[in-house]
Amino acid sequence: MNILKYFLVIILVFNFNSKLFAKDPSALINEIVDDAAAVLSSEDPIEAKIIKLNAIAERSVDIQGIGMYTLGKYRKNISSDEKAKYQKLFRSYFLKSFSSRLVDYTNPKINVISQKKINDKYTMVNSILEATQKRPQVKIDWRIYTKNAEKPLIRDLIVEGLSLARTQKEEFNSIIQNNNGDINALFKTLEEFLIK
Amino acid sequence: MSRQLSILILIIFAFVNSYANAGDDGKIKLSENKNGYVEVGDCFEKVNRGIFGFNQVLDKVIFKPLAKGYRMFPQPIRSGTSNVLSNIGNVVTIPNNVLQGQFKDAGLNSARFAVNSTLGIAGIFDVASYYGIKKRDKEDYGQTLGVWGAGPGCYFVLPVLGPTTVRDSIGSVFNIIGGDAWYNVTVANDTQYFSETDYYASRLLSGVDFRAKNLESFNSLENSSVDLYASVRSLYLQDRYRKIKNIDETTDTLSDDDWEELDTQ
Repeated sequence: MNILKYFLVIILVFNFNSKLFAKDPSALINEIVDDAAAVLSSEDPIEAKIIKLNAIAERSVDIQGIGMYTLGKYRKNISSDEKAKYQKLFRSYFLKSFSSRLVDYTNPKINVISQKKINDKYTMVNSILEATQKRPQVKIDWRIYTKNAEKPLIRDLIVEGLSLARTQKEEFNSIIQNNNGDINALFKTLEEFLIK
Repeated sequence: MSRQLSILILIIFAFVNSYANAGDDGKIKLSENKNGYVEVGDCFEKVNRGIFGFNQVLDKVIFKPLAKGYRMFPQPIRSGTSNVLSNIGNVVTIPNNVLQGQFKDAGLNSARFAVNSTLGIAGIFDVASYYGIKKRDKEDYGQTLGVWGAGPGCYFVLPVLGPTTVRDSIGSVFNIIGGDAWYNVTVANDTQYFSETDYYASRLLSGVDFRAKNLESFNSLENSSVDLYASVRSLYLQDRYRKIKNIDETTDTLSDDDWEELDTQ
C-alpha cells in the first residue's frame, strides 16, 4: 500500500511539474516582444542592438527547423555534409536578415489578440502591430512549434496573411531550380549575402 | 452584347482551364496539394525577370521618390486620399460581391459607398465606419473567376503594372469592357463631369498610396532578399490565393505538409 502511495505521489508530482513548466505560446510572444522593444528603444549603438536581438532570436526561434523547411523538397536529396554546411550558412543568414529587418524599428508595439491550437505540434498566436504615422496597423500571426511544451519556438511569421517562411522557401527553391538542382548555387548566394 | 459576353466567358474558361490541366510538361507546372494550395507555373521566367528588372528601375526612378514625396503630406491628407480611392474601388467590389454570392457584403459595401460619397464628401471621410459599417475586403474580377473555379494559369509580369496571372489579367479586361463604373464614366463614356485624366490620375495615385504605405516593408524585403524576383512572385501568389479563398483564418492559409514532417525537438 505504501509503495502504491509512493508511485501515486511520483505520478502526481511529475504531471504537476510538466504542467508547471509548460510555457504558453502567447506568453512567449509577449516576452520576446517586450525584450525586443527594450533593445530597440535603448540608446545602445546599432552593433550592440544587433547582438542582443540575435540572442533573442537564438533562444526563441527554431532556426534549424526553419532552415530545413526552406529547403523544401531538396532537403531530402542532400548529403549530411551538405546539410551541416547549409545549417551553418542558414543560421548566419537568418540572424543577419532578422536583425537588419528589426533594427530599423524604434519601438514597435505588438498586442497579442488570441491564440489557436492547431495540433499538438503547432499553435498560432494572433497579434496586431499598432499603426504609426507612417503605416497602417499590421496583422501578424506567429506559428509556434509546441512539441516540447516547456520550450515553444517560433517557426513562422505571417504578415497580413503572407508567410515569411514560405516566401523564403520559394526564394531558395527558385535559386536551386534555376541552377539545375545544384545546392551549391544556394550556398554561394548565401555566402555572398553574408559578406555584403 | 450579352451574347458577346457569353462567348468571351466561354473562351476565358477554355483558355484558363487548358493551363490548369496542362500538368507538368517542363514549362507549365500546376499542382494542388491536399490543403488546396495551388503551385503556379512561371512559364516565361526569363522574360518575366527582364520585365521585373525594368519595373525595378521605374520604381527607383519614379514611384519610390513619388511615394517619399507623398509621405511628406500631413497624415489627414493622406488618409483622405486613401479613403477617396478606396471609395471609388467599391464600384468594382460591389458587382464582384454579387457575382461571388456575397450578397450581405454587396449590401454593406453599397451602403458604405452611398454614405461616404455623400456625407463623407466624395469619400474623403469614412463616415460609414463611424456609423458601424466597417470596411470589407476588396474584390475584383480575377478573384471572381477564381471563386468560380478558374485556375490561375501562368504567372507573368507586366511592364509598369507588375505581377499577375493569366486569370487575373483576364479579370482586369472586364474592367474596361463595362465592369468598372469609374472607368465607364471617365474613359469609356464622354460625360460632362469627368475626363480620362481623372481615371489615370486615380490609378497613379493608388499606386503611389500603396507604395507609400509599404516603403519600409519593401526596403526590408530588398535588403534581406537573395532573389527578390522569387520573393515578390511568392508574395503575390500567396496574396491572391488568400483573397480568392476569402481566408481570414491564418491556419488555413498556411497549411503546409512540410511543417508536419519536420521535427527538431
